Amino acid sequence: MIFLGFTDRAWMWLAAICYLAGLVLGTVALLRDRRQSRLAMYAIVALGFVFQTLGLYLRGRASHSCPIGNTFEIFQFTAWSAISLFLVVGATFRLSLLGYFTSCLSAVLTLVSLATVSWDAPHRAGLFGGNAWIEFHAALALFSYGVFALLALTSSMYLLQTYSLKSKHLHGLFSFLPSILELDLISVRLLVVGVVLMTWSLGVGSVHWLEDLASVDLAKLLITSAVWLAYAVVLFLRLRSRLVSQRLAWTCLVLFAAALLSLGPINASRHPMKPAAPHSMAPI
Amino acid sequence: MSAPGPILFLLGATHHTAPLELREKLALAGDKLEALRRELRALPDLREFTVLNTCNRVEIYGVAAQPEVVARLQSAFCALHQMDPALFERIRLLLRDGQAVQHLLEVAAGVDSQMVGEAEILGQVKDAYVAAQAQGTTGPVLNRMFQKTFQAAKHVRTHTAIGEGQISVASVAVDLALKIFGQLERCRVLVLGAGEIGGKTARAFKSRGVGQISVSSRRFEQAEELAREFGARAIPFDQMGEALPEVDIAVCSTAAPEAVVTHGMAAAAMRRRAIRPLFFIDLAMPRNIDPGVATLSNVFLYNLDDLARIADENLALRQAETLRVRALLTEKADALWRQVAPRINGDFPES
Repeated sequence: MIFLGFTDRAWMWLAAICYLAGLVLGTVALLRDRRQSRLAMYAIVALGFVFQTLGLYLRGRASHSCPIGNTFEIFQFTAWSAISLFLVVGATFRLSLLGYFTSCLSAVLTLVSLATVSWDAPHRAGLFGGNAWIEFHAALALFSYGVFALLALTSSMYLLQTYSLKSKHLHGLFSFLPSILELDLISVRLLVVGVVLMTWSLGVGSVHWLEDLASVDLAKLLITSAVWLAYAVVLFLRLRSRLVSQRLAWTCLVLFAAALLSLGPINASRHPMKPAAPHSMAPI
Repeated sequence: MSAPGPILFLLGATHHTAPLELREKLALAGDKLEALRRELRALPDLREFTVLNTCNRVEIYGVAAQPEVVARLQSAFCALHQMDPALFERIRLLLRDGQAVQHLLEVAAGVDSQMVGEAEILGQVKDAYVAAQAQGTTGPVLNRMFQKTFQAAKHVRTHTAIGEGQISVASVAVDLALKIFGQLERCRVLVLGAGEIGGKTARAFKSRGVGQISVSSRRFEQAEELAREFGARAIPFDQMGEALPEVDIAVCSTAAPEAVVTHGMAAAAMRRRAIRPLFFIDLAMPRNIDPGVATLSNVFLYNLDDLARIADENLALRQAETLRVRALLTEKADALWRQVAPRINGDFPES
């Protein structure tokens, strides 16, 4: 589908370029040991978000469903979720460098998914059988992955700040990192939001699954439940002060890597592909 | 100073030109500052003046109808301080016109300070200007010059690294605490040892808004004395271990020859704290905190050498930045001089 002369993928390329620009801008500022402009970073990321939203919207219009039908779309949607959350969290908590880290992650997710053409295999239109609840379940689940992506970023920043303070290397990138307690606070909030969203998503999905037990592949069921359970256990342990500081940060990082890797098997376990929809979503 | 006609000048002495013992003689302590102002007001043809008096400099910025006025001013200044004019000429700083403008900009931006990049000097320049303005000794030249100087100094501090990083041990410790806790209002500080350095660090924390301070010392009366200064609580030294889990920052500066905070004590404290980090600042020599404490998760330990090294690194960064700042200020000084020069001759453009 085309809007203003650009295909959906072209809009997504524009978004990826914006995220890449954020990455370059932040890196240059750090290399020059200068504090980066929070406003400039926010504006670049917001512009990328607008382009990506347009691209995903065009996709959704073409497939008559939420654009999460193949690995490419899943990566794009996850990056979009992380960015949308950053736009809220970044404005509220004003954590320095969070914009830089978010644009790094989003640049990687969007560029890799755009460059890997095979991930954008055509999928059938109306993938979710026209059932809005299943679509809502899937979108919510992926949005929670976006939250966990941001959690992985704040966890990385926590580990970097801890390393900086322990090793007494305080200049360069380290001098701009937020404080340990601020990072811990925002991580816990993200963990709560992610678990709540994922629980909600699984709740919605389970209603559909109970009506038709054969509708969900066992592998998908097990992997999704395992990811949810793992994050729920981490949240429980953190709230009981049993999993804190660096161990919590490492756990969140490893869990997100595992959750990201689990997207492949989950996507592969979907129903066999039917002939492609008549609308074109060919890569540019 | 031989060219006839009105001039803008700066006359004074700074830590760059005069040793400490002479600066002490020139200091305008007590009534001397007011006495100097009276002398200056009485000088005919001195149209405007402002006196900047800090521990490292005495500077008089002025606008004179003739260059000779400066010589008369110098005589009055030396007479007030009972200093041999020949000696003063050897240590004086005398600049005119654009150079005086450039100097004021560098002073206000902290480039000319002994502790490069310190922010206090800007406040002192402002105070000097406000006092002069209140006494009616400034006019169109100095008003424009000082107001533009404040803008330039602010710009430089915002857009360069001249003021970044703390350069005193106590301030570095406070900065590190901010990197750990973000805000200090809800932090609790325990000062172990009621000596000078402990008191200084506690004062630095208090000035940055720390909510609660406790003091513990082997000599309880000393702890009580320091505690009174901060409205703090004195803790008997043998109960220090029990207080440790309750505090966020522990500043140690006792004269004990061995560690007063052991690895075991810190580990026990951390088990009872759960989430919040614990920041140890060891300012004692020999050290008061077992270095092994640093291996504990969520515990941060800095000793005197660490803090001094960070302060030195910050100072080196500021000094490296001075070249860039001077270049920036030269541009601004040239622009400002072009604005101010017509006013010296009595020409007052609208802008």
